Amino acid sequence: MKPKVAFFDFTSCEGCQLDALNLTAEELISLLNAVDIVNFREVMTERADNYDIAFVEGSITRESEIPRLQNIRDRAKVVVALGACACIGGVNCLKNHLPVDAALRIVYGKDARYYDTIPARPIDALIKVDYYVRGCPPITAELLKVVKALLLGKKPEIPNYPVCTECKMAGNICVFERGMTCLGPVIRAGCGAICVTSGRHCWGCRGLVDDPNLDSEKDILQKYGLTVEKVVEKFKIYNTYAEVTK
Amino acid sequence: MTKLNINVHHVTRVEGHGNIVLNATDGKIEKVLWEVIESPRLFEAMLCGRYYEDVPHIASRICGICSIAHSTASIQAIEAAFGIQPSEQTLLLRKLLYNAELIESHVLHALFLVAPDFLGVGSVFPLVETHKEVVVMALRLKKLSYSLAELLAGRKTHPLSCVVGGFAKLPKIDELKAIRTRLEDALADLDVTVELFKTLSIPNFSRETEYIALKDDKEYAFISGHIASTDAGITPVAKYLEVTNEFCVPHSTAKYTKNKRDSYMVGALARFNLNHDQLLPRARRTAEELGLSAPCHKPFMITVAQVVEAVHAVEDSLRLIDQILDWGLEEEDNAVKVQAGRGIGAVEAPRGILFHDYTFDKNGILTKANCIIPTNQNHNNVQKDMEAIVPLMLDQPEDIIRHTLEMLVRAYDPCISCSAH
Repeated sequence: MKPKVAFFDFTSCEGCQLDALNLTAEELISLLNAVDIVNFREVMTERADNYDIAFVEGSITRESEIPRLQNIRDRAKVVVALGACACIGGVNCLKNHLPVDAALRIVYGKDARYYDTIPARPIDALIKVDYYVRGCPPITAELLKVVKALLLGKKPEIPNYPVCTECKMAGNICVFERGMTCLGPVIRAGCGAICVTSGRHCWGCRGLVDDPNLDSEKDILQKYGLTVEKVVEKFKIYNTYAEVTK
Repeated sequence: MTKLNINVHHVTRVEGHGNIVLNATDGKIEKVLWEVIESPRLFEAMLCGRYYEDVPHIASRICGICSIAHSTASIQAIEAAFGIQPSEQTLLLRKLLYNAELIESHVLHALFLVAPDFLGVGSVFPLVETHKEVVVMALRLKKLSYSLAELLAGRKTHPLSCVVGGFAKLPKIDELKAIRTRLEDALADLDVTVELFKTLSIPNFSRETEYIALKDDKEYAFISGHIASTDAGITPVAKYLEVTNEFCVPHSTAKYTKNKRDSYMVGALARFNLNHDQLLPRARRTAEELGLSAPCHKPFMITVAQVVEAVHAVEDSLRLIDQILDWGLEEEDNAVKVQAGRGIGAVEAPRGILFHDYTFDKNGILTKANCIIPTNQNHNNVQKDMEAIVPLMLDQPEDIIRHTLEMLVRAYDPCISCSAH
């Protein structure tokens, strides 16, 4: 019996699921030979209540999403958080800086009473998550690597060292040398430093490494004449949830 | 007494969460409703207080399918606020990047989301067995779009190198030449798509409505021009609020819009109706071959208009690359001087006209944001189409009615989570 795989989404842009389909024909065919995809509302009509591996995209931002998420946890043998919104809360948590009513009022004005929302949370704030596929969006190759590891019954190996390591390997000039702020020294790698390679800085979408060297980040900022406030503003974009709960 | 109760909870093969409700007794319709139940995402609140350079990065996350459209609208709004005029080179690269997303989005919709309805299956996955050549071709086109976007912006979903004022990194000439060859091959792949669409019997339902899209004298508009309406003529982008007239309804977390009539349509068919004479030659021939001619009031033909636009986007990309190769690429100074002010960006996302309207303080901090998304503008038109189509098919079996309503929603290619931004 092939393992049954399901995809679910909560509050998100659904870009993670879309990128999961950025496959070559060979990759798709071998994937479909190895697993049965039984739930994937964005691209398929059939639905099933039995599945082994659930990939969950998105944060939790409404009360009604909580029982739905718990139900997925109850049914799945393995739950994988897919993407920054599910893993660390991501950009959705930016609204947590405002009272819920104020955020609703900014968007809906006098009609705000029709709508409900709660402070955004990553899914592991509510259920046990077995594995994390990080990033906004995740790297498709890493997602495939995780799927392969799960099929072989192995623990997927996801880097737990900072982006700087991969950035150096990519041959990039250090972002700090270019006078910009960067989160690379404390953020988890695995992305190949794609943002820096594309001319930008690290935004922190994969979350902090387990044991971030914050003193070293402060030293770097000081050396380049940058402020902690500025880097915290950048950090908030994806990591508000970690910052607030810390 | 014959009761008909249809409740499609979470329409599938669309982006985001929406329900279809239909209740009728003895042929009398009691309720027909398109419900948008996506979680409110509150981006306009989340953008407040952010420094300008983080704004397009966050705004891109409104949508995983049309993140390039959101980034571009966001960048253009900021440029308008700061009085920045992007260079000709930047505009060429932006248009090319834009095409990458349009091709991917239209191909995904036509071949992965819509085609299964006509081929009698629930998703693209069983087609790997029965229509392998179509799936292989669709994935090749998708991969090509990703490669083109990666070359220009580092990646397709949530692009990186496109920034306020220009590009943080320029593509390599050799890579542009290499992708040009793949774009030529894509024309053949699109021919296969066209042949497939010729064999599909697209529902003939027709309902005239108002069509709204950007219009530019120079070209089939995607990232420039004024607002054009089939009912109201031309409106400058600065007065977009006079066209969109947003309002809230309790059954939808996405806002609705209306202009001259009860509802209006945006997207590929609206663009085709307004700008068809500016399509490039091959795209124009494709429209003829697929029986699409303006004005077309048939919502199920939106997908056909998308196929036509995909051909146009590939032709246009070849033209843009030739121009870039002819001019060469130069490193440009993208330095930004912030100033207080308001700016509006308007682009044609794959699903239709998209507005980002920002106000900044003198330090470049965003103080107010308003985003109006294509699917917001289409929700009301979907509702009106449903109200018009249901009486025409009440004598049909329930399954057919349900499936037709699902196909109608799908035809609009709604980006629902985007619309509840």
